[in-house]
Amino acid sequence: MRYVLRRLVTSVFVILGVVTITFAVSRVVPSDPAALYAGPRARPAQVEQVRQDLKLDDPLISQYVNYLGDLSRGDLGVSFATRRSIASDLGSFLPATLELALVATALSMIVGIPLGVIAASRRGRRRDSIVRLGAVTSVSIPVFWSALLLQLLFASKLGWLPLSGRTSSSVSFAEPTGLLLVDSLLSGSLSNLWDVITHLTLPVVVMAAYPLGLTIRLIRGSMIEVLAEPYIEAARVAQIPERTILYRLALKNALAPALTILGLTFAYSISSAFLVEAVFNWPGLGKYLTDAIVRVDFPVITAATLVITVIYVLVNLGLDLLHARLDPRVSQS
Amino acid sequence: MAEIKPARRFMGTGMMRPGSSAWYYRRSWLGMAAAIVVLIFVLGALFAPWLTPYADQGRGVPDLPSRLQGPSWSHWMGTDDLGRDVLARILFGARTALLVAIGVVTLAVAVGVVIGAVAGYFGGWVDEVLMRLTDTFLAFPPLLLAVIVAAALGASLQNTIIAIAVSWWPWYARQIRAQVLSLRERPFVQALQAIGVPSRTILGRHVIPNAMSPVWVQATADLGASVLIAAGLSFVGLGPRPPTADWGVMINDGRQLVLSGQWWIAGFAGAAITLVALAFNLIGDVVRDVTDPKTRGSE
Repeated sequence: MRYVLRRLVTSVFVILGVVTITFAVSRVVPSDPAALYAGPRARPAQVEQVRQDLKLDDPLISQYVNYLGDLSRGDLGVSFATRRSIASDLGSFLPATLELALVATALSMIVGIPLGVIAASRRGRRRDSIVRLGAVTSVSIPVFWSALLLQLLFASKLGWLPLSGRTSSSVSFAEPTGLLLVDSLLSGSLSNLWDVITHLTLPVVVMAAYPLGLTIRLIRGSMIEVLAEPYIEAARVAQIPERTILYRLALKNALAPALTILGLTFAYSISSAFLVEAVFNWPGLGKYLTDAIVRVDFPVITAATLVITVIYVLVNLGLDLLHARLDPRVSQS
Repeated sequence: MAEIKPARRFMGTGMMRPGSSAWYYRRSWLGMAAAIVVLIFVLGALFAPWLTPYADQGRGVPDLPSRLQGPSWSHWMGTDDLGRDVLARILFGARTALLVAIGVVTLAVAVGVVIGAVAGYFGGWVDEVLMRLTDTFLAFPPLLLAVIVAAALGASLQNTIIAIAVSWWPWYARQIRAQVLSLRERPFVQALQAIGVPSRTILGRHVIPNAMSPVWVQATADLGASVLIAAGLSFVGLGPRPPTADWGVMINDGRQLVLSGQWWIAGFAGAAITLVALAFNLIGDVVRDVTDPKTRGSE
């Protein structure tokens, strides 16, 4: 309980710190924040207007207090390009990214964990080397390039999968959750579901590559440690089948510390989302962010980063608490 | 470690002594292959102007009449939408990529080492403040922090380096702090303190040099990730401005052309990024293996 409390308090401080850094980057680092906030094509009068609206001539301390006040009311400012509220924009783009990140994370775990176990159990042998080489390669290919290659092959040349987007333009159904896999199921039509799945395939594969490499590495590492423990040796002596030893006895203990990779995976999914979504024209947070970067829409860039980072901190908090629950040693240290 | 170093010199059998890290490294054929790939790119970057007949195109001068030609004898990797030789752009792009990778790691190590060492050596509230700061920076997904810093500073080669380094120093800070915490208790440090050597000297001349080896291992392993992140930033337009040759920018420029059949611009640029990142990552892996006694010689 004390651990939970301490973790909650540190998370609050980390979020406060993140807000402070974002504030510093947006108000102190730029030579003229007003010009950035007004956008690259603003006239001097408009820049002046922004300076007044944001009170950029006030002392930094009072700017900071205002900034905190706005944030606590959920006000993230407005995009200068669209004049729309950033908070509501983020809300409408979030589900698309969430769906992508969740499916990619799941895929990288489902494929990565067994591969890590195989590599660890065949340590130093050929199969280990192949898996490790595959893992290094998958963390070395830039996502926006592999995305392009897969698009070229599977969409453009072979025509098996759609080129981009979340659904075909002819397909439409109610979207109560925003997660189209769920929504298309709710619509009761298998052809809708199929359309959503085919659109998801390429982006998910591209996005899963990096976390896949990480998962393999981490599982391999923690499995090697666990496999060296006496209880595994005892199990071998007792002639328990190797499969049971690996997947039942060893993996269970190797997974708890590897829980942290879920957090890492999520961070990378969200970071790479913004490159992957740009290529696949995927209407999520990442695309929203890249579009903002291209237009130098500074309020959007900082607000989107802040929101994504806060989500990331909360996910990590959740995982840490879960980890502490699974492994009581964590909370006692 | 300093107290071990003289003994090593006494043995005097040099870098390739059996059992040394370099000796183990040479036994890994993957590590050697990766080192050769990196060497090729380094030489290509250094001698770019002499390796191609299209050096000014590599620097950005357009040649519109010969735009978008496929690979041929006169243009091995074809030409881009401004008629520039793609191979020349790749060679000059190698300069950008390596400069950014080395710049990022050097800057991040410099900042991280100072902050981590000060925190670890002095402890107490200094440690508390610096480490909370470090944790806060670590809370950002790395690419995103680089994005907002690059957006705030404006796009340029120098700002790319700064932006990525800002998101990276905390890793080194944590690592060096852990090292310094254990060194602080060593007799030789306590002896220096006892005879009144100023903290600055102890830290700079005795503690930090002894704490650096794991940091260098980590830094080597990070060069690949640095190439990838830099490419990602320039892909979205936060990297070096034209006419500087840059692989990420080339992929972005060639993106639309790929689907209409002109694959060579984005194709070769992406292959270059992948090769360099893969080579750096492999070197990082092998270096980590050979410097860790637990995994040493497992291959």
